[in-house]
Amino acid sequence: MEKWHLMTIVVLIGLTVRWTVSLNSYSGAGKPPMFGDYEAQRHWQEITFNLPVKQWYFNSSDNNLQYWGLDYPPLTAYHSLLCAYVAEFINPDWIALHTSHGYESQAHKLFMRTTVLIADLLIYIPAVVLYSCCLKEISTKKKCFSLQIANVLCILLYPGLILIDYGHFQYNSVSLGFALWGVLGVSCDWDLLGSLAFCLAINYKQMELYHSLPFFCFLLGKCFKKGLKGKGFVLLIKLACTVVASFILCWLPFCTETEQTLQVLRRLFPVDRGLFEDKVANIWCSFSIFLKIKDIWPHHFQIIISFCFTFLSLLPACIKLTLQPSSKGFRFTLVSCALSFFLFSFQVHEKSILLVSLPVCLVLSEIPFMSTWFLLVSTFSMLPLLLKDGLLMPLVVTTMAFFIACATSFSIFEKTSEEELQLKSFSLSVRKYLPYFTFLSRIIQYLFLVSVITMVLLTLMTVTLDPPQKLPDLFSVLVCFVSCLHFLFFLVYFNIIIMWDSKGGRNQKKIN
Amino acid sequence: MAALRLTMGGGNWFSALALGVTLLKCLLIPTYHSTDFEVHRNWLAITHSLPVSQWYYEATSEWTLDYPPFFAWFEYALSHVAKYFDQEMLNVRNLNYSSTRTLLFQRFSVILTDALFVYAVHECCKCIDGKKAGKELTEKPKFILSVLLLWNFGLLIVDHIHFQYNGFLFGLMLLSIARLFQKRHMEGAFLFAVLLHFKHIYLYVAPAYGTYLLRSYCFTANKPDGSVRWNSFSFVRLLSLGLIVFLVSALSLGPFLAMNQLPQVLSRLFPFKRGLCHAYWAPNFWALYNTLDKVLSVLGLELKLLDSNKIPKASMTSGLVQQFQHTVLPSVTPLATLICTLIAILPSVFCLWFKPQGPRGFLRCLILCALSSFLFGWHVHEKAILLAVLPMSLLSVGKAGDASIFLILTTTGHYSLFPLLFTAPELPIKILLMLLFTIYSISSLKTLFRFTSPASVCYFFCLYWILSFKTSRLYVCCEGP
Repeated sequence: MEKWHLMTIVVLIGLTVRWTVSLNSYSGAGKPPMFGDYEAQRHWQEITFNLPVKQWYFNSSDNNLQYWGLDYPPLTAYHSLLCAYVAEFINPDWIALHTSHGYESQAHKLFMRTTVLIADLLIYIPAVVLYSCCLKEISTKKKCFSLQIANVLCILLYPGLILIDYGHFQYNSVSLGFALWGVLGVSCDWDLLGSLAFCLAINYKQMELYHSLPFFCFLLGKCFKKGLKGKGFVLLIKLACTVVASFILCWLPFCTETEQTLQVLRRLFPVDRGLFEDKVANIWCSFSIFLKIKDIWPHHFQIIISFCFTFLSLLPACIKLTLQPSSKGFRFTLVSCALSFFLFSFQVHEKSILLVSLPVCLVLSEIPFMSTWFLLVSTFSMLPLLLKDGLLMPLVVTTMAFFIACATSFSIFEKTSEEELQLKSFSLSVRKYLPYFTFLSRIIQYLFLVSVITMVLLTLMTVTLDPPQKLPDLFSVLVCFVSCLHFLFFLVYFNIIIMWDSKGGRNQKKIN
Repeated sequence: MAALRLTMGGGNWFSALALGVTLLKCLLIPTYHSTDFEVHRNWLAITHSLPVSQWYYEATSEWTLDYPPFFAWFEYALSHVAKYFDQEMLNVRNLNYSSTRTLLFQRFSVILTDALFVYAVHECCKCIDGKKAGKELTEKPKFILSVLLLWNFGLLIVDHIHFQYNGFLFGLMLLSIARLFQKRHMEGAFLFAVLLHFKHIYLYVAPAYGTYLLRSYCFTANKPDGSVRWNSFSFVRLLSLGLIVFLVSALSLGPFLAMNQLPQVLSRLFPFKRGLCHAYWAPNFWALYNTLDKVLSVLGLELKLLDSNKIPKASMTSGLVQQFQHTVLPSVTPLATLICTLIAILPSVFCLWFKPQGPRGFLRCLILCALSSFLFGWHVHEKAILLAVLPMSLLSVGKAGDASIFLILTTTGHYSLFPLLFTAPELPIKILLMLLFTIYSISSLKTLFRFTSPASVCYFFCLYWILSFKTSRLYVCCEGP
C-alpha cells in the first residue's frame, strides 16, 4: 500500500482517538467557584480580548490575578486572543468581561475542543509526521517506511498528551509541537529555523526551558566543531541574533517598560510558591513522605538545593553533548535533562512529565521496549489528576491501545537483549570487574513485569477502594512514590546510554 | 515473558485488529445515541418484568416489541445481567431512563456481543483464497477483508453510536455464508433460520438461501453442461433442511402459537401502517418516486393544473411516520412494492437456479436480493444498506471488477448513513471514520489488484469535496446556546 495513504490513515486514527477522548469531561467541569484549567483558558480569552495589553499581567479590578491570572509567556496570550476573536464572532457571551465567569455549555465545549484540535493539526501532528520521515537513523533498517508509519502511529497514540490536551484541557501540543520542530530543524542542520521554533516553544510555555540546555549544548558543540575562528563563530552569532530577535518579537509589547517585563517574569516564575505543590512524582514530594522538608528547610535553602541537584544530575550528559554533538546524543540528552529537571526542580507540576515524554517518543524506534515502558509509567503518574477529571475510561482504553500498537509495531518483547537495550558497552565494562554480570536483560524483563503488575494493582485499588480515614491521600501518594522510583531508574538508564555511547567519538567512556 | 512474546508476535495481526476496533468502540461510549437506545431499554424492561404472554401486547411505551421472539429472549437474557448494573432500567414505567450505568451496560452489551461478529469474520477469512497475495502482510486479501469487515464504518456508527445490535446479527449471517462456502450446508441453513427469528429483515435475502440450498444441496449432481439433473434429487436432504427450519420456527413461534397470539405477533413484526418511507427517507427508488411526485405537484400548482383544495394534507416530507397518498402519481401499496421487489430479484434467482456457480454465485445472488429489497421494499431504513455492503466485502477481495463495484457501493452507502448522526460533536467522528474507511478500502484494493481506474479516482475526489463541504456545517453547529 502506498506510503502516503498509510500515513494519512494513521493520522486519521490519531485524530479520531483525540476527538473521541474530547467528548469526555474536562478539568473543573461543573465545580464552582474556581472550576479548572478549562475555565482558566476561557478566562484568558476574556482577559486578552477585553483588556489592553498593558493590563494582561497586572492585578486590577478587571483582572483579578487570584482567579486564574495569566502565568504563561506572551505567545499563550496571543493565542488566547486569536481564539477570543473567533469566540466573539460565534457568541460574545463566551468572553464577556466578568459575566462569563464559569460559563459552560455544549456549544462552548465544542468550540474549545475544536481550538485544541486545530492547534494540534497545524503544529504538532505535521512535526511528528515529518520527524518520522526525515530522520535517517530510522530509515537505515529494511522496510523503512513501515517502521516510519509505526513510529507515527505510536507517537500519535501516546495517552499522556491526548488525555491532558483533549481531556483535562490544555494546549501542550502547541509548545511540544514547536519544540519538536526545533529538534527537527537542529537535527537536520537547519539550525536557525530550529532555534527559532524552539524560541517560540519557550515563549509559549516557560516549562520548555527544561529542554533549553540540550539545545544550547548541541548548538554550541556544533559551533565548536566547525571551528570557533571560522564558520563556527559565524553560526554562533547568527544563532544568538535569531534567539534575541525572536524573543524581542514575542515580548515587544512588554519590552517598553521595565515594570512590565518584571511583572511578566514574576508571573512566569513564582519563586515564592514553594518547592512543590500538591502531589507530584518527583524527589522532593516523595522525600517529604519521610521528612517534611517544606516545613524544615528555609525557603532560600530549598531553592539552592533544588538548583544544585538539578544541575549536578544533568551536567555530565550536557558536557558530553557539547564535546561530541550528535543527533542521537542530542535526543537522549533531551530526555535525561528534562527528567533531571522534573525530578529535582522547583514548583514542578505532574503535567510536566509530558516534557520528558516527548523526547522519549522521539527515541521510540531506537529503544522500543524501554521507551514504551517509560511512556506507560508517565501516563500512570498522572492517574490521580485524570481520575479527578472523570477520565478513567479514556485512560484505560488509550493506554491499552498504545501498548498494543507499540507491542505489535516494534515487537518490543523480542527486543530485550543487551544489544537492543543499548546497554552492551555498559555491561561489557561492568563485566571487567564482575564477570558474572550476564543477567542484565533478564533483570530488566522481570522488573518490567513487576512494574506493570504494580501499576495495574494500584490503579484498581485507587478506583475501587476508599482510602483509610487517617490517610486520605494514601493512593495519590503511593502513585507518586512508585512513579518517582521508576523515574529515578530511567534517569540512571538514560544517563548510562549517553555516557557509554561509543558512536561518533574516540574518547568513549566518561566516569559518571 | 515468553507467553507475552507469543501473543504479541507478528502472526497475531487478527487479534490486534479485533482488539483495536474494540478499544475504539469503548471510546465511542459517550457519543450521541438515538431513540433506539430507549427502544432496547424498554425491551429489557418488558422481557424482564412481564410474563411471556404480555410481551407482544405491552404498549406503555411507543416503542413496542417488533422483533421476532428469539430477539426477545436475547433481551431477556441480557436483562438478567442488567439488574446488577441498574435495577431501575428494568421498570417498564421508567420511560427514557438513561443513567450512566444503563448507558455503560447497553454499550458494553453491544461491544461484547460483537464477539460473534469477530468469530464470523475469522471464519470468512478462511474461505478466502490467498494465492494472489503479495509478501507484505497489509497486501494479503485476508488482512484486507478483516479490516473491511471489522472496521466497517457503517457498522461502527450504526451499532456503537446510533445504537443497535447489528453486530452479532451480521455475525450470524456471515457465519452462515462461511459455512455454505465450507460446504457445511446444514449448519448454514440452521444459522440462517436462527437469524431470521432474531431479526426478520433478513427475509430480504431468504430467496437466495432457498434457491441455492434447493438447487445446489438438494440436487446432488449437475449435468455436464451445468443444468439441473432431475434424478439426483435427494429427498432426505430436503427433508432435513425442512426439519431444521421447522424446528427453529417451532422453538421461536411455538409458545405464541400455543397462546393464540400469532396474529398479534405478526402484526407487530410487519407494521404496514407505518407508511411507504421512513421518517427520514432511505435512498431507494421510492424516495425518487416521492420526489418526482412532489416536484410534479409543485409544478402543477404553479401552472394551475391542480386545485390546492384537493391535495391531501399529509405531507411526506414532514418527518412523520404515517400513511399518506401521493398527489400526482398513483399511490403505492405494500403489494406493489412486493411485486417490484420480486421482479427485481427474479433475474439473479434465475441465474442461481439455471447456472449455479457454487457459493460465489450464491453470494452474488444474496447481495442482489438485498439491494433489490432495499430499493423497492416497503418502509426501508437506510441502515438496511449494510445488508448489501457487508457480504459484498467478501467478493471485493476476489476479483478486480467486484472490487470497483464494492468501492462505489460502500462509499455511497456509508455516505447515505450520515444523516443518522446529526449532532455537532459527532460530526468530526463520522467524517474522520468515513475518510479512514474510504481511503483504506480504495488504497488497499487498488494495491491488491493493481488497477488504476480513472472513474473511481474521480469519484473519490468528488467525495472528498462533498465531505469538506460538510465540515463547513461545523461552524453553523457551533452557533446557538
